[in-house]
Amino acid sequence: MINLLLFPVLIPFLFAAILLFFPKKVKAQRITVMIGLLLALTSTIALLIKVKSDGVQTLTLGSWAPPFGITMVSDMLSVLLVTSSLIIALFVVWYSFTSIGEDREKAFYYPAIMFMLTGVNGAFTTGDIFNMFVFFEVLLMSSYVLIVLGGEKGQLRESIKYILVNIVSSSLFVITVGYLYSVVGTLNMADISIKLAEIGQAGIITVIAVLFLIVFGIKGAIFPLFFWLPGSYAAPPMPILTLFGALLTKVGVYAIIRTYTLFFTTDIGFTHELLMIISIITIIAGCIGALAYFDVKQIIIYNIVIAVGVILFGASIMNENGMLGSMFYLIHDILIKGALFLLIGIVIKITGTSDLRKMGGLMKRYPTLAWSYLVAAFGLAGIPPLSGFLGKLLIVQGGIEDGHIWQSIFILASSLVVLLSVIRIFIYAFWGEEKVVQEISPKTYRHLLAPTICLVVITVLYGVGSEFVVPFMKDATTVLLDPAVYTDAVFKGVK
Amino acid sequence: MEILMSILIGFLFMAAVYLILSRSLLRIIIGTGLLSHGTHLLLITMGGLNGKAAPVLTDGVTDYVDPIPQALILTAIVISFGVTAFSLVLAYRTYKELGTDNMELMKGTEDND
Repeated sequence: MINLLLFPVLIPFLFAAILLFFPKKVKAQRITVMIGLLLALTSTIALLIKVKSDGVQTLTLGSWAPPFGITMVSDMLSVLLVTSSLIIALFVVWYSFTSIGEDREKAFYYPAIMFMLTGVNGAFTTGDIFNMFVFFEVLLMSSYVLIVLGGEKGQLRESIKYILVNIVSSSLFVITVGYLYSVVGTLNMADISIKLAEIGQAGIITVIAVLFLIVFGIKGAIFPLFFWLPGSYAAPPMPILTLFGALLTKVGVYAIIRTYTLFFTTDIGFTHELLMIISIITIIAGCIGALAYFDVKQIIIYNIVIAVGVILFGASIMNENGMLGSMFYLIHDILIKGALFLLIGIVIKITGTSDLRKMGGLMKRYPTLAWSYLVAAFGLAGIPPLSGFLGKLLIVQGGIEDGHIWQSIFILASSLVVLLSVIRIFIYAFWGEEKVVQEISPKTYRHLLAPTICLVVITVLYGVGSEFVVPFMKDATTVLLDPAVYTDAVFKGVK
Repeated sequence: MEILMSILIGFLFMAAVYLILSRSLLRIIIGTGLLSHGTHLLLITMGGLNGKAAPVLTDGVTDYVDPIPQALILTAIVISFGVTAFSLVLAYRTYKELGTDNMELMKGTEDND
């Protein structure tokens, strides 16, 4: 079926529209949203199998010839990202049933999540640069709604900052698209890639490349542009924070990787060097933040910044191992950040505070929670059989092969800091004297734990079964390292 | 003509940046309005200001204005309209809840909400 690659975008959209009709019927909302997510996930897995067997899938809407219509392109990277975003959404929604509260559920919470998934999946799948802007706006608009939903004072204060930063970066995105259009005269990403390769090395193209880095860097929280992230992400309730932390920055990272492997391949010496330097500083900034706080939310939030740096470093090397590691780490990070945020969500629910110094001794009463947190923490740091290991190994290997010894050592050292920061949570919250805890009924606890444990198990399987995952990552890497595969797939039968 | 437009757009951006960096929330939102005007004008300028007829099929006219930037602008206008409407209501709600429109006073941490 040729329209298969639209299903992960269309199904959430359709269900979001349906969900708008009966906001007050909470039970019906929950059932419908679950059906929608499962359908979308099934179609995505079918798409994943299709892309694996037949290569890059493309569809130009309305049957116009490629550069003139909007092309949707599903290569291995985008379909993997779509799959993991739907997995995260599934568990977050399941977790929300017990944690978000009926007031929010009645105020269009589930439709907003579905619209956000429409935007996220669309941004991963699109092959048109302006269409990408539109999908960015779809996901941002829903994220504005989600971040402010409930209307607490802290949420209002932080969402104003979040919205302002994103309005400015969206304007910058349009400006950059305008510049690019005036240079190449096309908006189709495959066509842009071909035209830019024909123009070759020109100053203006480098300028546009840096502008794109700034635009997507604001979305993806890279070094000088991550200032908005810690405050804004700490404001909304836990399930929403999980969705944001796992998905939204990764859309920016995906966009940087896509543009820097597809468009700007002529002046690698400057642009990719810049990307590499910035990613290293991003890692350092993230490390400082992760160690500085006694607030569990902030510690994990700064770990997002570190991971963004690591992924972009791998992508900036532009050799096979680096890129492969980067892909592996990108998917790992989406899953593990989801798991960690859900876990500390339970911790915060039990202790009633996010301050580490007020917690202690949870190990005795909640051993399952403690051990699954420890597994997730080791996974994040990259202890061998778990999921973070192979990605970082490949990134470091790629870095050393390319002669970036010092940068690779930085990556390794950052792992130690990551481990220290998450183990600190373990030591403070789970060991030591038992402190006063809020009464949380065993039933609520079980209901919160179930989706969390499932997600942790998935990350463990992802690490243990990396043999099985690697062929998929290899396919993703092939398309990234050779733009011709992408452009040929889009223009097949035309040029 | 393009030069003149560029200078005008640059002026709009300058004013927008100045307003966004101010303290009052309303001035910031006016700044984002100017920013989006500048952006839309930039799109139409970057498409080229040549061509004679409007892009509507008419007999005997061959010299059309580039239709793509116009479609892009139309999209960008409604999007920024939606976002502006949302941010205005948010500013109103924030003013009611927090009792201030001064960004300097909107700091606070978890402890002093």
